[in-house]
Amino acid sequence: MDLVLGIDVGSVSTNLILLDLAGEPYLTPLYLRTQGRPIAVLQQGLALLEEQLSSGDRICGVGTTGSARFLAGVLTGADIIKNEITAHAVAALRIVPDARTILEIGGQDSKIIILRDGIVVDFAMNTVCAAGTGSFLDQQAFRLNLSIEEFGALALEAANPVRIAGRCTVFAESDMIHKQQMGHALPDIIAGLCEALVRNYLNNVGKGKEVLPPVVFQGGVAANFGMRAAFEKVLKTEIIIPPYYNVMGAYGAALLAREYVKEKGQTNFRGFQVANLQYQPWSFECKGCSNRCEIIEIREGKQVLARWGDRCGRWGTSVGEAEEVKSIS
Amino acid sequence: MRITYPHMGNLYIVIRALLTSLGLELVLPPPTSNRTVELGVRYAPEFACFPLKLNLGNFLEARELGADTILMAGGVGPCRFGYYAQVQREILEDLGIKMEMVVLEPPDTNWGELKDKIRYLLGDRSWWELVKAIRFAWYKARAVDLVEERVLYLRPRVVQPLELENKYREILHRIDEAPDKRELDRIVKNFFNFSQRLPRKSGSFLRAGLVGEIFTVLEPFANYDLERRLGLLGVEVTRSIFLSGWINEHLFRGLLRVKGTKHAKKLAAPYLNSFVGGHGRETVGSTVDFARQDYDGVIQVAPFTCMPEIVAHSVLPAVTKDYGIPTLTFYLDEQSGEAGIQTRLEAFVDLMAARRERMRKENR
Ligand code: SF4
Repeated sequence: MDLVLGIDVGSVSTNLILLDLAGEPYLTPLYLRTQGRPIAVLQQGLALLEEQLSSGDRICGVGTTGSARFLAGVLTGADIIKNEITAHAVAALRIVPDARTILEIGGQDSKIIILRDGIVVDFAMNTVCAAGTGSFLDQQAFRLNLSIEEFGALALEAANPVRIAGRCTVFAESDMIHKQQMGHALPDIIAGLCEALVRNYLNNVGKGKEVLPPVVFQGGVAANFGMRAAFEKVLKTEIIIPPYYNVMGAYGAALLAREYVKEKGQTNFRGFQVANLQYQPWSFECKGCSNRCEIIEIREGKQVLARWGDRCGRWGTSVGEAEEVKSIS
Repeated sequence: MRITYPHMGNLYIVIRALLTSLGLELVLPPPTSNRTVELGVRYAPEFACFPLKLNLGNFLEARELGADTILMAGGVGPCRFGYYAQVQREILEDLGIKMEMVVLEPPDTNWGELKDKIRYLLGDRSWWELVKAIRFAWYKARAVDLVEERVLYLRPRVVQPLELENKYREILHRIDEAPDKRELDRIVKNFFNFSQRLPRKSGSFLRAGLVGEIFTVLEPFANYDLERRLGLLGVEVTRSIFLSGWINEHLFRGLLRVKGTKHAKKLAAPYLNSFVGGHGRETVGSTVDFARQDYDGVIQVAPFTCMPEIVAHSVLPAVTKDYGIPTLTFYLDEQSGEAGIQTRLEAFVDLMAARRERMRKENR
């Protein structure tokens, strides 16, 4: 079968998804932990996918997104490299074509995307606060010796959610411990925490944005029942969680690659052998001018695949299309 | 007296022209770099605005090169900029660094005091010499601005961006060295001729307006090279503030015919009617101005915690609502993540492109 591949390499997770040319998911999407090793994990993901493919399957388009989108794009020979805001919007619109608000909370990033008549008209990404909501919830579940599923489910049992200070996760944690020591019931505390995080998200990320239904909630945190319930309570509207909520970036990248292939009819995909090659990323300081940029270089054997990190364009640049990046050696 | 002053984009070229034609000795700080940030951040209060930290870093680096006197601008109004010089002086003093600080307040408030300060700097040189020096510095400011405007126009269009950047840097250097107006005219003309010959891409290009606090607009180090990033993404940028416009307004009281911010101030009403300090009102007005000229979007930049810009930011949604022009705001300091900036810029470019595409369809 002819397939397109979508890859999202973020700081917390690396996701891969395959779609057929009708845009329907094929096989189960992969959700892997990046663990600070984007190259190795991406290679591992590609190897896992290859194992599951049958002989007639063929990759005819690749799209990448996420904070390591250029790196992933260069390694795989992506046809399209897209920022995660656009990729998430494309994916959500595929599933909920009349969506007007997208809430996206992942491990490290949070964003809100406002759409009207199927186009993005506004967006915001977390800057300082509301960062790491996903990681924070994991950590709290761990502290309470609960699985993250149990943690979310407990929130639904709350009779009287307590008010937790939600300015940022540091305040939230210490207030939560305080409320625990005062003897509040665990479900009430967890529900209170979810509400605090939701308030914090809406105040910091969604500040000044008009949240209208249909509202789509995606990203890893959407799995948490407590968070979903808190959003519904605060926004007083139904929250839609798409089936592949935690790989929507990869999904969007794949959909974009599919469009590209339709137009161009060919792919730059370098093949699954990419998984077995040796890459040596390393960095050096350029002394060309006072900026002293740290230049990062990716090599395959003796060949330089890409360089970035420079401010001036002297070494090739992280902005621009994949081809531009690749042409520098 | 070995004078130094802080960097703000290409301002150094203009001030150098002014001071050296008065025969003053100056020590230019090295271009703002990561080291400048490190020094500034180490000694400035954490919540001070980014420009204060960078200025401080500039002073410390200039000090290492032997500067003993600092020329610093002052300010009036609710913006913290008015305190910069004082705070910086205190910090330097606490560090046991002896540098004299000459603070020039804009002449719209107090002529007498300014006169004394200038007299001090002039020594036994005449006022006539000062007038001539100012005129020369003014020509340099104009030359720099003409070239910059051209570069902003060309960036999305050229096939070889690096060639343009190299030429740009070379031209700035030559403007800096130019001894007289004739040479300046020649350099600018030369650059325009060169730019005619550069191979270009065809098609139409997105246009974005750049508004906000003057330092973050003019200093590429502070705004993470926003203009260049946008250019590479295929966007032509128009700045709301240019050096010459600013000089004209504050020094020449708007007598010369260059585009200034007066117009923008008027356009800010009815959204923002009062002076909120800094360039808050101009930010709003310029956004309206860009909207009326059918720009595809407006990007606002400001130092993190900058009060006038926060006021402006909170007003911008009303402008968006009335004119349908999308806006994106960046608050910048030493902790702004480059990846986040790049991602948001790319998404904003997609947004502008989608909007333009839709308007094109609707107009058919
Ligand atoms: S890469 Fe360019 S901007 Fe960075 S230090 Fe080298 S010459 Fe300077």
